[in-house]
Amino acid sequence: MLEKISVKNLKFFYGANMALKGINIPLYANKVTAFIGPSGCGKSTLLRVLNRMYDLYPGQHAEGEVVFDGRNILNSGEDLNLLRARIGMVFQKPTPFPMTIYDNIAFGLKLYENLSKSELDGRVEDALKRAALWNEVKDKLGANGLSLSGGQQQRLCIARTVAIKPEVILFDEPCSALDPISTAKIEELIDELKAEYTIAIVTHNMQQAARVSEYTAFMYLGDLVEFDETSKIFTTPTDPRTQDYITGRFG
Amino acid sequence: MASYAARRRYSTFIMGLCLTATGIGVVWLFLILFSLLVNGIPGLTFAVFTEMTPPPGEHGGGLLNAIFGSLLMTIIGVGIGAPIGILAGTYLAEYGRHSKITPVIRFINDILLSAPSIIIGLFVYGAVVVPMRSFSAVAGSIALAVIVIPVVVRTTEDMLLLVPNTLREAASALGLPRSFVIRRVAYRAARAGLITGVLLAVARVGGETAPLLFTVLSNQFWSVNLVKPMANLPVTINNFINNPDANWKQLAWTGALLITAAVLSLNITARFFGASKDGR
Repeated sequence: MLEKISVKNLKFFYGANMALKGINIPLYANKVTAFIGPSGCGKSTLLRVLNRMYDLYPGQHAEGEVVFDGRNILNSGEDLNLLRARIGMVFQKPTPFPMTIYDNIAFGLKLYENLSKSELDGRVEDALKRAALWNEVKDKLGANGLSLSGGQQQRLCIARTVAIKPEVILFDEPCSALDPISTAKIEELIDELKAEYTIAIVTHNMQQAARVSEYTAFMYLGDLVEFDETSKIFTTPTDPRTQDYITGRFG
Repeated sequence: MASYAARRRYSTFIMGLCLTATGIGVVWLFLILFSLLVNGIPGLTFAVFTEMTPPPGEHGGGLLNAIFGSLLMTIIGVGIGAPIGILAGTYLAEYGRHSKITPVIRFINDILLSAPSIIIGLFVYGAVVVPMRSFSAVAGSIALAVIVIPVVVRTTEDMLLLVPNTLREAASALGLPRSFVIRRVAYRAARAGLITGVLLAVARVGGETAPLLFTVLSNQFWSVNLVKPMANLPVTINNFINNPDANWKQLAWTGALLITAAVLSLNITARFFGASKDGR
């Protein structure tokens, strides 16, 4: 199976504090990989290494290798803007930009591609359809993105990410601020998106990991404890810590 | 512990003190407004806006040249000061946020912010008026710009720091370059605050007298020459109010009323902008 991203002996530091202690994990192409584990285990940190988001802050650095399409993206010469366009990210809290729904999506597109107005309209529509938001907003594309409900805002953020045609999408607890109906919609969406994208999702909700992912990684205190097919992790985990976590004995 | 009734009495007493203190603070504003209205309105004629400042001893005349001069120098001063202030504030809040020099710059800016404006007037007198050998509107505008800069630096930085980092991360996650994230996302999110800051700076320099006294002086006549002295409201008020001529005194009161009304409405506009949540 094709490894879209291979993480090799990844160590990550917040200042002198080691948050990831040598992680090895593949992200398989067109699969959903879920990361579970108690708070502070390093799962969000790992996600933020994959698109070098940590580079925005001083004092954080990574060691090891993250190979994406044959190249180690931790290299200092990496074009971060290009990397982030290829590896998109959806955050825990919906973060629409303070502009219209249309502009929220067109904004990033205009930077990368020289599109005519009609092409742009088409891409915006396409992105909103993929994010299952089109029917709800098609008559109010000029409304402020902030006027949408939380669940709609999160789907707008997904549309925005999808619009620039990334290859990988990272979801950092995308449903933790949403109600169950919105959550169900996002999960359905993730299931559809994996046909075209490689997906990684961090979640605190174990049922969610079980529902949406093919592979699951259980992390604890900066270590990867166990990585396997989701069905195996949730039925016959090999490590007792995984067993304890998924049965709710701690975390 | 004292009984409930006793605590209530004590609370009422302290609340009374607080209200009195507030009243003492607010009453001056109303007294000032009252005296400005009483003394200024009688002179508020159409001629104030259409005629030049009169020579001493004559009847009639207006403040047109002074109003024009004040507007022009405020616009130039803010035109120079606001962009510099916004750029500097942007550096402090965005690029320089984690830099060691940022707290130093912020501290120096705060000193400049609270520097007496007469000092700034004297500085510009030495730096611009003396080498040019003439009082001039340019010198006055520069003095006003020096006052505008720290105000705008401060508000710009504060407003950009209020923009949540999650928004910057979200924009960066789309692969947008840093400058794009700042200009298209952070500025937009902070727009109301940035506009408020500039408006407050306009209000602040609109009534400044001291920095103009040493830099533009004043002018009895209509002048649009930027390198010559130019009439302006604050200095005209200062000159006219100290004169026994009744006509001048009246014009000074009316001029004071005009400035106060302008500054007050700017402040209210700024409040309005600051209060509207998403800046629309």
